[in-house]
Amino acid sequence: MAKVKMSKKATAVDMTAMCDVAFLLLTFFILTATAKQPEIVPVETPASTVQVKLPDTDLAIITIAGSGKVFFGVKAADVRIKTLEKIGEEFNLSFTDEEKKRFSLMEEFGVPVNQLNGLIKLSSSDRNKEGIQTGIPHDSVNDQLSSWIKAARYANQEVNNVQLNFAIKGDAKEQYPEIKKIIDILQDQKVNKFNLVTGLRGE
Amino acid sequence: MAQLDTGDSKGNKGGKVRSKKQNSSVDLTAMVDLAFLLITFFMLTTSLSKPQSMDLAMPDKGDKNKPEEDILISEERTLNLVLGPDDKLQYYMGQLASPKEGPKDLTYNKESLRKIVLEKIQSVPLATRTTAKPQGEPLIVLIKASKKSTYKNLVDVLDEMAIGKVKVYAIVDITKEDNQLFEE
Repeated sequence: MAKVKMSKKATAVDMTAMCDVAFLLLTFFILTATAKQPEIVPVETPASTVQVKLPDTDLAIITIAGSGKVFFGVKAADVRIKTLEKIGEEFNLSFTDEEKKRFSLMEEFGVPVNQLNGLIKLSSSDRNKEGIQTGIPHDSVNDQLSSWIKAARYANQEVNNVQLNFAIKGDAKEQYPEIKKIIDILQDQKVNKFNLVTGLRGE
Repeated sequence: MAQLDTGDSKGNKGGKVRSKKQNSSVDLTAMVDLAFLLITFFMLTTSLSKPQSMDLAMPDKGDKNKPEEDILISEERTLNLVLGPDDKLQYYMGQLASPKEGPKDLTYNKESLRKIVLEKIQSVPLATRTTAKPQGEPLIVLIKASKKSTYKNLVDVLDEMAIGKVKVYAIVDITKEDNQLFEE
């Protein structure tokens, strides 16, 4: 009987190529990932089964959290600057170019207009400290939120020439009347269609 | 493997210092493991971080100076969902003064709320069938949120509307009588 000679194979596989690919992908994902911005107040959005994603562009987000505190933010930085200029005109405030630039980096804010200069001066970590941002006034006597909404809509129309969409991001435990107030403010400006930001539910 | 150079050996041998042959290939298994772990992490977090959104269209408020026109709709078609405090929920058909069905308690889950919505979306077109409209009329859901109900309650109900594919639903102002449902 002739013996069948088994060819000896090396047990170690060359990992170099695999390692290259893995790190290439890793670099890609790290670069494309959008870093999560620190939130002023933690918002726990209610879950829903809808699969529609929130649009990325031409969007303004109104956040309602911490028992009726309202925060406002526009996605695009150039629209933010334009919005600030319009608010400045309305409330007779002037902002330097440096302040506008700093404001354009702010994802969200929630202070009355007269405290805006002070807020812009703070560092980004100080801004998110508790008690600094008390929410935008939005009652019938002092309705600054609707000024912001109007300014943002005009600004987006001028910069991008498209209608601005509005998203309402409410905390799950928020009472309905607080949400209703915001919906009413939007509806007073004939904004009848908006997105409600929700989380994902499994079933 | 690793050896400590004690210094004694130099003195003993006056010959050549032999350089050690080193293995040129490094074991990359652990490194690849780590890289793939990180890839998985970044892949999962990037796709999930984008929030979901639910479209909500409210009817136009219209001109304040103009008197509102009342639109009359059939009692048999309207399902009223009244959102109460402490995650309570009640439903009735038609008008509260003379309800066709209910008012009964519901809970926000598959067995209770969804069952009613799915049942009504089937039965209402059947009940409203006429010779002129053999398809029947679709169900209308009126969502009435009380002052003590939370935003989560509202989203839960709206989500049920999306699941049950209810075409006609509206968030309407709650009436005094509806509020009394939860007072007993």
